[in-house]
Amino acid sequence: MRVIAIVVRILLQLKHDKRTMGLMIVAPILVLTLMSFIFNGNVYHPKIGIINAPILFVNRLEDKEASVVRLDENNSEESLNLFEVDAVIDFKSGVPNIRLEGSDPAKNKAVLSLVQNIMHPFSSFETDITYLYGYENMSSFDNFGPILIGFYVFFFVFLIAGVSFLSERNTGTLERTLASPIKRWEIVVGYLLGFGIFTIIQSALIAWYSIEVLDLMMVGSFALVLIITILTAMTALSIGTFISAFAENEMQMIQFIPIVIVPQVFFSGLFDLSTMIPLLQIVGRFTPLWYSADALRNIMIRGKGWSSIAFDVLILCIYCIFFIIANILALKKHRKI
Amino acid sequence: MKNEYEKTDSVCIRVEDVGKSFGKKQVLYDISINVNYSQILGLLGPSGSGKTTLVKIIAGVDNATRGNVFMLGEKMPKLSAMGNIGYMAQSDALFGELTAEENLRFFAALYGLKGLKRKNQINEVMEIVGLTDDLKKQVKKYSGGMKRRLSLAAALIHKPRVLILDEPTVGIDPVLRKSIWNELYNLKKEDSTIIVTTHVMDEALNCDNLGMIRDGRIIAIGTPEELLEATSSETLEGAFLYYGGKTE
Repeated sequence: MRVIAIVVRILLQLKHDKRTMGLMIVAPILVLTLMSFIFNGNVYHPKIGIINAPILFVNRLEDKEASVVRLDENNSEESLNLFEVDAVIDFKSGVPNIRLEGSDPAKNKAVLSLVQNIMHPFSSFETDITYLYGYENMSSFDNFGPILIGFYVFFFVFLIAGVSFLSERNTGTLERTLASPIKRWEIVVGYLLGFGIFTIIQSALIAWYSIEVLDLMMVGSFALVLIITILTAMTALSIGTFISAFAENEMQMIQFIPIVIVPQVFFSGLFDLSTMIPLLQIVGRFTPLWYSADALRNIMIRGKGWSSIAFDVLILCIYCIFFIIANILALKKHRKI
Repeated sequence: MKNEYEKTDSVCIRVEDVGKSFGKKQVLYDISINVNYSQILGLLGPSGSGKTTLVKIIAGVDNATRGNVFMLGEKMPKLSAMGNIGYMAQSDALFGELTAEENLRFFAALYGLKGLKRKNQINEVMEIVGLTDDLKKQVKKYSGGMKRRLSLAAALIHKPRVLILDEPTVGIDPVLRKSIWNELYNLKKEDSTIIVTTHVMDEALNCDNLGMIRDGRIIAIGTPEELLEATSSETLEGAFLYYGGKTE
């Protein structure tokens, strides 16, 4: 009964606070939209300056959609300097001499692989390419979009739950609530359910928008995506309320972001860590976001079912329960029973 | 057994040798007070004297480092006893985004009130504190005095047998302060036991018993008349100065 009182109160508070509610939904959608524009998967076509090259080579460059500019030795350096071209190619005794502008590794790579592709004798053979998962021209947004969904749900729920529980401590409403015959677990569970109902709506909207509007790659089950995002939200909620016990004000709560959230992003799979020291890679296995990201990728990109995400679900549940208990114990600071 | 104990004992709240330390800093020393049923105990002392800490311990929302508190025959903190306490904290513990009605509904639900009974209680307590017209208003639009009154309304919502009020009349105008005291007398007549803290000497005269607190110690306790007589002073301020000076 008292759990329901807390749930109703939290939902009413959210109803009155339209700005917070709007931000929780609009902010992730805005950032995801921007990310999808930036990482839209279009291949970069390098701009190449030619001083002296066989006509066949130039034709092939143009076949590959590179923009080719004719230069001479006098103005080639200036063109590089002014970013008119990414590289200058000059054939000397049959060997291409490539001079790169060089400040952007991605562009360097694009030029070099293009030239190698043309020069390599086997490149003219047809190769048969098949994909186990993914597809040709899969964009990088498709690859890390699932991680971002998990991340934004985690980030915003962590912050909102933490700050709102903190203000309950500071305004004395928590103490006032504890002066009633409520049990400590009823407060924690009430919080979890109250915000939980809201985060179900929030994560469903974010996931739906990413998949349907932003056309994020999705070959698995939407229900499974929802289960994972809701579990992620619950974990963020219980961690956020727990962390709020260690912050004295909202500012300090924000200062916990670099400690609690940023490292999780690094280990979440957003960056390829396979070249990292194995010992450090293991650190990632201790962050809840890793399991959320792993499960979302398996569902959305690889179309996998329940059996391959069951372990992730288990770990997220363990995190959740661990911090729920920690929260209940942390309230002992205010009231022994 | 416990019920029998409760009936035969005229003491409603028994504070036994309570001490409290925050780390190395001790804020309460060996406090012992008895409050009989249907009595109003005033705790008088300057800010920082330990009044708030003491009433928090009595209300069960803070833990004593030493000593015990018994209330209605139960050793505190105990959930069953807490259901019979109305606690009004020094800070207005209200939810600013919610309306007064939503606030009271929440607090009423914490004490198991629901339906028509809850509605009637809300109307009744809002009447007492004179906020009936502002029932549907968001609390963040309330003035300081109105918030104070709503806090009091929240403490009365479940008709508690024991009322613990921490500085209930701060920021409230004299007319309303008078009506709040009248209400406290009414509650006392209906067998409520009340603890009130205050730093206003005049107000303390309204209490049946008065405990003077300074630097975490009870420096004097008795009826206001007794305290005035014993120190042969005209005002409580004089009595406070007499006892306060003696301990140094």
